[in-house]
Amino acid sequence: MEHLLNMFVKSIFVENVIFAFFLGMCSYLAISKKVKTATGLGIAVVFVMVMTTPINYLILNYMLREGALAWIHPSLASVDLTFLAFILFISTIAGAVQMVEMVVEKFSPSLYNALGIFLPLITVNCAILGTSLFMQEREYGFLETGVFSVGSGIGFFLAIVLLAAIRERLKYSKIPDGLQGLGIAMIVTGLMALAFLSFSGIQL
Amino acid sequence: MSTATVAPVKPKEKKEGLLSKKNRRTLFDPLDDNNPITVQVLGVCSALAVTIQVKPAIIMALGLTLVSAFSSLIIALIRDSIPGRIRMIVQLIIVALLVTLVDQVLKAFMYDVSKQLSVFVGLIITNCIVMGRLEAFAMAQKPWPSFLDGIGNGLGYGIILITVAVVREFWGAGKILGFQIVPQWAYDHGYVNNGLMALPPAALFTIGMYIWWQRSRKPKLVNVS
Repeated sequence: MEHLLNMFVKSIFVENVIFAFFLGMCSYLAISKKVKTATGLGIAVVFVMVMTTPINYLILNYMLREGALAWIHPSLASVDLTFLAFILFISTIAGAVQMVEMVVEKFSPSLYNALGIFLPLITVNCAILGTSLFMQEREYGFLETGVFSVGSGIGFFLAIVLLAAIRERLKYSKIPDGLQGLGIAMIVTGLMALAFLSFSGIQL
Repeated sequence: MSTATVAPVKPKEKKEGLLSKKNRRTLFDPLDDNNPITVQVLGVCSALAVTIQVKPAIIMALGLTLVSAFSSLIIALIRDSIPGRIRMIVQLIIVALLVTLVDQVLKAFMYDVSKQLSVFVGLIITNCIVMGRLEAFAMAQKPWPSFLDGIGNGLGYGIILITVAVVREFWGAGKILGFQIVPQWAYDHGYVNNGLMALPPAALFTIGMYIWWQRSRKPKLVNVS
């Protein structure tokens, strides 16, 4: 239990998807101009991440890994399909996003309108695929995968809302011409990443 | 007067040369004026993460150029037969296929680099440069210009990647491509490597500075994104 709690805190603060691995930077920089839209995107990302990473875990461990297919027939035990991981992971994510989009549109049109274009864009958010790939690389168990995906999602949410809040203030500052917009956003993110570095080494 | 009368004689449907002016622009624009990272804000994630050393940066840039060039080519070839509603999934499958190829080649021939790049090879699939160019260019253009556009954007990405990696490896470790650049006597006299350069935030600062430099050189780029 402590181990899981530790992992949860670690994936939010110490190994934040944005500040430590730079995953999902594109949408992070593009959609952080207003706190409101940033919050919408953040929630959508948390949701899709928590949905897809456990599904990908099941696909990986019951279909792709060496020996995973033994439940069909013992002769399949030596089949190793892990090279198909990329294609299956991204299909799961694309499918899940499509499904989420349809469900949200049907049951909560107001949320659907609030999220707008961000919903389909989540498919190509590196943070989501990245979480699945980290899950594969670090060989997490099922519970760990769940906790890790929730933590990463919250980490992304936190990062994008924080940057949006700072950028709303930056609008009223005098910034050198060449540095306006993207340039200063990069540098602010760098400073935030430095601040997040102070969390490193935290153990519960 | 004579030139004016000669002009219409030219065949109207003149076949465009392989490296006509327009195609050259398609190829070279992304290197600077329309750089995918600093101007279009695409593909920033991996640009920041794999730039601690020059070698993985070069390999990543090559991998991305290959994937983006060939996915643009393939999508441009089949663009008329892709149904609009599922085009994202078709694009993703083709990109994922190419990335799987690159990943397997890396694992077979350069295992240590492949370990170092870890998940970032797989993340070429969701690299916005590939998807962005497919949506913005390859879906509407002929195969050859799309192929050039893919190469151009891959190289534009590579330029930023390698610049940042050179800066970070030089200041962070005193080396470039693994060769010692800062001489030993400098260390003997108290020179210390800048540890910050090896940490993630340094990549952000370096790209921020690059953008500043690029935009003060070309004022028209100010506030495009």
